[in-house]
Amino acid sequence: MMTFENFWQIYSNLVLTVGVNALLALSIWLTLSCGLLAMANAAFMGIGAYTASLLTMNVGAPFPVALAGGIAAPTLVALLIGGPTLRLSGVYLAMATLGFGEVVRVLILNAESLTGGALGLNGIPQLTQWWHVLVAVIVVLLLLWRLRRSRIGRAFEAIREDTVAASLMGIGAMAHKMLAFALGAGIAGLAGALNAHLTFFIGPSEFGFDRGVDILTMTILGGTGGLTGPVLGALIITLLPELLRSFKDFRTLLNGAILVLIVLFLPKGLWDPQRFKGWFARAPRAGARSPRAGSPPPLPPAPQPASGGPR
Amino acid sequence: MLGQQLVNALSLGCVYALFALGFTLVFGVLGVINLSHGAVFMLGAYAALQVVTRLGLPLWVALITAFFVSALVGLLIDYLVLRPLRKRNAPHLIPMIATIGIAIFFNNAAQGVFGAENLRFPPDLLPEAQLHFAGVQVSVIEVAIIVLSFALMAGLLLVMRKTQLGRALRATAESPKAAALLGINVEGLFYMTSATAAALGGVSGVLIALYSNAVFPLMGQPMLHKGIAVIILGGMGDIRGALIGGLFLGFAEVMSVAYIGSTMRDAVAFGLLFGVLLLRPQGMFGKVLERKA
Repeated sequence: MMTFENFWQIYSNLVLTVGVNALLALSIWLTLSCGLLAMANAAFMGIGAYTASLLTMNVGAPFPVALAGGIAAPTLVALLIGGPTLRLSGVYLAMATLGFGEVVRVLILNAESLTGGALGLNGIPQLTQWWHVLVAVIVVLLLLWRLRRSRIGRAFEAIREDTVAASLMGIGAMAHKMLAFALGAGIAGLAGALNAHLTFFIGPSEFGFDRGVDILTMTILGGTGGLTGPVLGALIITLLPELLRSFKDFRTLLNGAILVLIVLFLPKGLWDPQRFKGWFARAPRAGARSPRAGSPPPLPPAPQPASGGPR
Repeated sequence: MLGQQLVNALSLGCVYALFALGFTLVFGVLGVINLSHGAVFMLGAYAALQVVTRLGLPLWVALITAFFVSALVGLLIDYLVLRPLRKRNAPHLIPMIATIGIAIFFNNAAQGVFGAENLRFPPDLLPEAQLHFAGVQVSVIEVAIIVLSFALMAGLLLVMRKTQLGRALRATAESPKAAALLGINVEGLFYMTSATAAALGGVSGVLIALYSNAVFPLMGQPMLHKGIAVIILGGMGDIRGALIGGLFLGFAEVMSVAYIGSTMRDAVAFGLLFGVLLLRPQGMFGKVLERKA
């Protein structure tokens, strides 16, 4: 037991960060599963983090209320900006949401009386327990798993594959996109609220471009084919800097190299059930569920090496 | 006072335009949002700095070195990363993520090799003299940046509009497959575009490092964010748009600093970007590319 307590003392923060990052990765996975490359999740995380922290620090709200606020605020913002934004597609949506993220960051930076400006918020009470993060991850996973199998999840997939065809079949594309966007924002906000009450301090630079890229990287690295991918990606991106500690100054450099190598040699991410099936030719369990339910965005059915491994 | 602000805005706008030219060229021809452009920009500045400080050579040699070093880097990026992704027909999101990895790699490599601190070019490199013109001050480097951005844009436009090469490039941008069927060496054009864009990025890195008197490993990142705003304002892949978008952003920023306050400068830039995307997603001057089934 001693060893575990030691381990927990040193690494509890790291383990909980994995959980928070998993939530973030799942939040962007949700919009990706609907064919939207929305990069505003860092901003939504920031909105959630600031809302929740201000609720506990200034209003003295109990933690559950703060968490609820941290979910509600970004969801509302997403509903507000979703209308005009989600008409855009592809790269334009990515750029618009990146731009929105920067606007949020600069606004937080300038609303000094409320947010502390560049100095950030200090002394946030450490209310997040380890099981809060665990429960949050499990609830979100269950919700998304259920959603994927539902009518709505199938509608997301149809919209991703071909929006025009989907709307011709009577699927309300805009409403579904809005749902994915707002729900993703809520999950990102929850992650932000939990993280703020874990790390004692938040500042505007944490929720900028780099964080947005990090979140996207986790999901792409893990694989967008299912719920396992984002969680795996979050695990790896969070632990990688620790594992590469012996490389000192060059460890973040390896981060970049690994990202490039994954994109080049594992196009569907690390977690790719079809590749695994290739290893155990004719895996019997695979028939029950279509592995395509949530394969990455518009990968054309171009000839691909079945193994996807290094050539 | 207003005259000085206008000149400041013009030079800042041209700084942005200079950076955005290569960025928009790659998007226009390859259809890739090259997020490593900021890193190449930084490498160009470091290459020039090494030539000037270590070898003690004059600035024009440094500029030429920066040009070729960054062109080589661009070529390598294209050959090692973008080409395999093209071969695989990867959706456009994928090369963008790969270039993020490249940017992380180079930014941290520079930090490891040259250190994180802010380096400067030796002060006697450029003539100190400020040019005075109707009560307005302009430095030599500002004039160089303004002249060069207009000249480069004119040159690029001329090549794109009037030459066989430009026609081939435009055909490739329209449809690589059809262009290849017509006997155009599409892969060669892709290499050339990547190398040219990177070379432009490297040279603009030197000029902008001289302009702001700072060379540091992450110097490309803020420029990259502004570059994204510029090519959206001007229309993605549009060469004229890079200059117009850059100037527009420069004016908006300088005016907001002058009349609203310096803290809101970035909010203005990205607010503009957000607004333009909502109202005219094709950019202020881009053409409408509606794709319906």
